[in-house]
Amino acid sequence: MISERDVLHIAELADIGITREELDEFTGQFNDILDYFDILDQVEAGAGAETGLYNVFRDDEVVPSLPPDEILGNAGETEDDFFRAPRVM
Amino acid sequence: MSSVSGSPAFQAVEGDEEVIIGLEVHCQLDTKTKLFCGCSTDYRDDGPNTHVCPICLGLPGSLPAVNRKAVEFALKVAKALNCRVLEESEFSRKNYFYPDLNKGFQISQYDKPLAVEGWLRIEGDDGEKTVRITRVHMEEDPGRLVHKGGADRPKYTLVDYNRAGIPLIEMVTEPDIRSPKEARRFLNKLRATLEYLGVFDSEKEGSLRVDANISIQPRGWFEAHGKGMEGRGRTEVKNISSYKGVEKALTFEITRQKNLIRRGQRLETATRHFVETRGVTTASRSKEMEQDYRYFPEPDLVPLRVSDWCERIVLPELPDARQNRFMDEYGCSYNHARTLTGDLRVAEFYEKVAAVDPRIAATWVADTLLGELNYRDMNIAKVSPSHFIELLQMLKEDVITDKSAVEVLRVILDQLAEGCQCEAPSSCVARLNLAKTADDGLDAVIEEVMREHPQAVEDFHNGRKEALNFLVGQVMRKTRGRVDPGDVNRRLREILPPGGT
Repeated sequence: MISERDVLHIAELADIGITREELDEFTGQFNDILDYFDILDQVEAGAGAETGLYNVFRDDEVVPSLPPDEILGNAGETEDDFFRAPRVM
Repeated sequence: MSSVSGSPAFQAVEGDEEVIIGLEVHCQLDTKTKLFCGCSTDYRDDGPNTHVCPICLGLPGSLPAVNRKAVEFALKVAKALNCRVLEESEFSRKNYFYPDLNKGFQISQYDKPLAVEGWLRIEGDDGEKTVRITRVHMEEDPGRLVHKGGADRPKYTLVDYNRAGIPLIEMVTEPDIRSPKEARRFLNKLRATLEYLGVFDSEKEGSLRVDANISIQPRGWFEAHGKGMEGRGRTEVKNISSYKGVEKALTFEITRQKNLIRRGQRLETATRHFVETRGVTTASRSKEMEQDYRYFPEPDLVPLRVSDWCERIVLPELPDARQNRFMDEYGCSYNHARTLTGDLRVAEFYEKVAAVDPRIAATWVADTLLGELNYRDMNIAKVSPSHFIELLQMLKEDVITDKSAVEVLRVILDQLAEGCQCEAPSSCVARLNLAKTADDGLDAVIEEVMREHPQAVEDFHNGRKEALNFLVGQVMRKTRGRVDPGDVNRRLREILPPGGT
């Protein structure tokens, strides 16, 4: 069960402000999501992500990277080929 | 008997304290490509965001694939650190909010790391000691942030993802280190080991980063209880990115904690940030607790079962073995052998020049050359072994004195430091006229000095021994060190009228 306090804590870690209305809304959504896991819990044990696969590798060979204009094409803001993000310190 | 706080099993002595240190060391593995995609790791000379693709940018729909070489390198490290490789290990997502992570999570390892329970021998403050390694795991490097607009209060952040996805190996120690000096020695030994393995290049900027956990406890407390005392919480110092920085950050932190303890304050477990330029640690806003990272197994990657690869790995000669061989094969002293093998490049340089005369070479590499390089902040890779052989040859054949050899070395290193082509030692000796003065030449100089300083000659005659030292000094000065002081001393005693006693 996710409480309003949990949602406020996560909002603080993400450094986003949320309104009273959003708090109600998000708390409800978090709990709805968790309810789906209750459904998953009813599945027999061992039916998790058991693929039988392991050790899938690639070789250490260079593949060309994308050109910076493509990399930065979807960025909200850029500066001198950097992504520009809000202050974090 | 289990010891409980306040039980007679442990008696704290006021003022008798010890420092408890554990390290988390991150090193970039020297692969050609990133951990989960084929972008080149050779990004240091290139502009921002030039080594990036949909995978290391974490675009929706992209799928990571593990670099086999990175796993092989990590296993080499695990084996060299005497770890137990887990039969099955897996990658996990570590979620946190920060723009250095484009995906919103870092692919790391959590409850199933690659390897656990190893150890590394180091020279401790009280002789050889073992530092236990808790775990060794792989993870991807985050991107690089540039904070813009005022050092104290930046206005915005620029992000370069060239570094994002570079393979890192994280090595965590038990809290077995007891001083900043031991921490530095541990790091030096670890660096040497990784370089001997050929999986790490310490010369690359930012290739090593260290977080250090440190607390101060009453002596014996930690051993008796297996944890710190109430009110003596540890500090995790982050952002240490150089070998010297570790010692500086820890020394600062000890002083800070001791001051607080002396004032009777409680120390809470906290995260602090090392500011290299000022040599201090500052409080940092880090509210994440382990549960906040919401670790879960990375659904895009399948587990690793690589413990059986270890048997096939043949480890190269590691620093301790090489040190022993230098003592046996070249007759090096313990200290010389330790210094010469403490850095792969130095060890290889020594082996290239040792043939001239192993003992002369050991002294001149370990004591003289390393000192002169350190003074100029230069790397031994710049020095030509053939030039050094030439210098050692002239020393061995008594063509130049020790003093002249140092002078030649300095001239050559200065030329190299300025980026010039350096001259061969023999031509340097010829140009500066540093060849040892022949004996007849020496006599001429001695006679000249005696003529110029009759009072000193008189004094020596009257039994004043300092006068001899004065005359030796004058001869050395006139010959600019091209003669051996011992020879001058001997010859002066022969030439001078016998001193009355």
